[in-house]
Amino acid sequence: MSKSLQLYFAFSLAMLLLALFFGAVAAFAFLYPEFYNKYLPFYQLRPMHVSSALFWIISGATAGILFYKKAAFDTTNSQPRVEKTFIYLWMGTVVVVFIFYAFKKFGGREYWEFPPFLGLAILAAWLFLMYSYYTSWTKRKKKPPLYVWMWSTGILFFLITFIEQNLYQLTWFRQSFLREITVQWKSNGAMVGAWNQMIYGTSLYIMVKMSGDEQIARGRKTYFFYFLGLTNLMFNWGHHIYNVPGASWIRHVSYAISMTEWLILISIIQGFKAKLTEQRKYRHLLSYRFLIASEYWILLNLLLALFMSIPAVNRYTHGTHITVAHAMGATIGINTMILLASIGYIIKIDRLNVARKKYITIGFITSQASLLVFWLSLITAGILKGYRDVALHITPFQEMMRPVISVLHVFAIAGVVLFAGMALIVFNYIKALAQMKPTHEKRFAKNEGLIGLNPILNNSSKTGNVKPIVKPT
Amino acid sequence: MIRWIWVSLFICFSGYTLLVYRECDSTQASADSKALAGMQTWQEKNCQSCHQLYGLGGYMGPDLTNVISEPGKGSDYMKSFIKYGTGSMPNFNLTDNEVANLIAFLDWVDKSGQSRVHPSSVHWTGTYNLSK
Repeated sequence: MSKSLQLYFAFSLAMLLLALFFGAVAAFAFLYPEFYNKYLPFYQLRPMHVSSALFWIISGATAGILFYKKAAFDTTNSQPRVEKTFIYLWMGTVVVVFIFYAFKKFGGREYWEFPPFLGLAILAAWLFLMYSYYTSWTKRKKKPPLYVWMWSTGILFFLITFIEQNLYQLTWFRQSFLREITVQWKSNGAMVGAWNQMIYGTSLYIMVKMSGDEQIARGRKTYFFYFLGLTNLMFNWGHHIYNVPGASWIRHVSYAISMTEWLILISIIQGFKAKLTEQRKYRHLLSYRFLIASEYWILLNLLLALFMSIPAVNRYTHGTHITVAHAMGATIGINTMILLASIGYIIKIDRLNVARKKYITIGFITSQASLLVFWLSLITAGILKGYRDVALHITPFQEMMRPVISVLHVFAIAGVVLFAGMALIVFNYIKALAQMKPTHEKRFAKNEGLIGLNPILNNSSKTGNVKPIVKPT
Repeated sequence: MIRWIWVSLFICFSGYTLLVYRECDSTQASADSKALAGMQTWQEKNCQSCHQLYGLGGYMGPDLTNVISEPGKGSDYMKSFIKYGTGSMPNFNLTDNEVANLIAFLDWVDKSGQSRVHPSSVHWTGTYNLSK
């Protein structure tokens, strides 16, 4: 792995830790605003939390894609200088974003809360990434498997939705508030779909590599679900604005297409699970555990998402903490687990020493248990708020929120435990990353490419004499 | 085959996007310069991190979509909140002009529609039929 990519992986993990740290502090700032307003107010902590979470997801996904693409495209042309430019420009911009937050300079848009001119640097960095990625795509030697389609789709749609996010700079878009809010949430919704494509593509890639079965990423059923996911990305964002009195057909289209996106991955993983032997499961136990955890979180979030996508139910859940539960469940439970599986796979966590594996396991169990408490308390808070606000019409606001705040104390404590659990994982990941040799990527690409070798390698790879444990399928 | 499906979907998405842009607000109600300046202040002070408009935004304070027309609230009520803050809301030390712009912005938002969906708007299929 190149030094810059190694640094980029470490940077993405640091963003994860920051997201959880700012999230934990923000939860207490939410509960005790009088105290925090003097030092670090909630309106300053929230963008720090949201942005670091977003930058973790996008950086973790793109770092993985940059690492895997050599093997996936079976090409050596990786535009290293362009790639490096992307990495440093991206990381540098993120640092500047946090400096602006520290000085309370905001852009006030959901997800991207920094002053809009910084978006130009984000855009430029992304164009460098696209140039590097699509140059490799055009030089690929094989018909692209599904995960390559997913990465390519995610990278392209991130660009489209990021530009769409900033259309409000044009007068026509902000002249009407309904248009302004509709376009903002159309792009936000589709952008989530874009990074999901990148992350699920990575998940599929790891599955293919773990099972040694390339057909997982080439079957007709898998492609059918990919296109269903793409349809969702394009048209299923309306649940954000069901209550906005715009054209009704926008609402009906979104409702009809609904939240089928989660079903796609379940189906893919189910097919994969059947193909794994006990031995393979054992050898990749820790990475595999993260993927298994993501499956459970998909199921839980799927249930939630299906209810929330029905407008009649959304009437009660919209604007409540149930929406936060869904966002957190998807970001931490699904996306983070897949990305930790991906990074764990790259740094070969199952070959770390026993003590380090033990710490990662403790961190894993702690984070799963606390995330469940965290998630359930948000749902409880959301049900309470929805019932008291929509059904009982309790006013004033403070009175309506009184029992909700009590439940949120559980959420805040669970957040601290979640941060501690994740910190244990992240510190050990970063340590392992720091110990990786710069030549690792070449060997990884050579031995884990789509050239028929099974990636489950034994420890003799240290000598460069790599032997596949399982014969190619 | 895969490429064709992809391109077809993309064409549908492009057409759909243009339709959404055009039809999402049939009233074509445009903002005056005060409301747009208020929107700018709303964003610069990151008001959406604590408040919601149409249920979108933060959860710390109340939804402000219809605060201007809500009985017992209105412009003067909002002015004092914005100008001086409360126990949970910090004082942003805004100028009178900025406060007036924010009120104009909230008034513009209020006129765009109702955030709360009335039970009679819920169709038996589970969807809504909303009119401004």
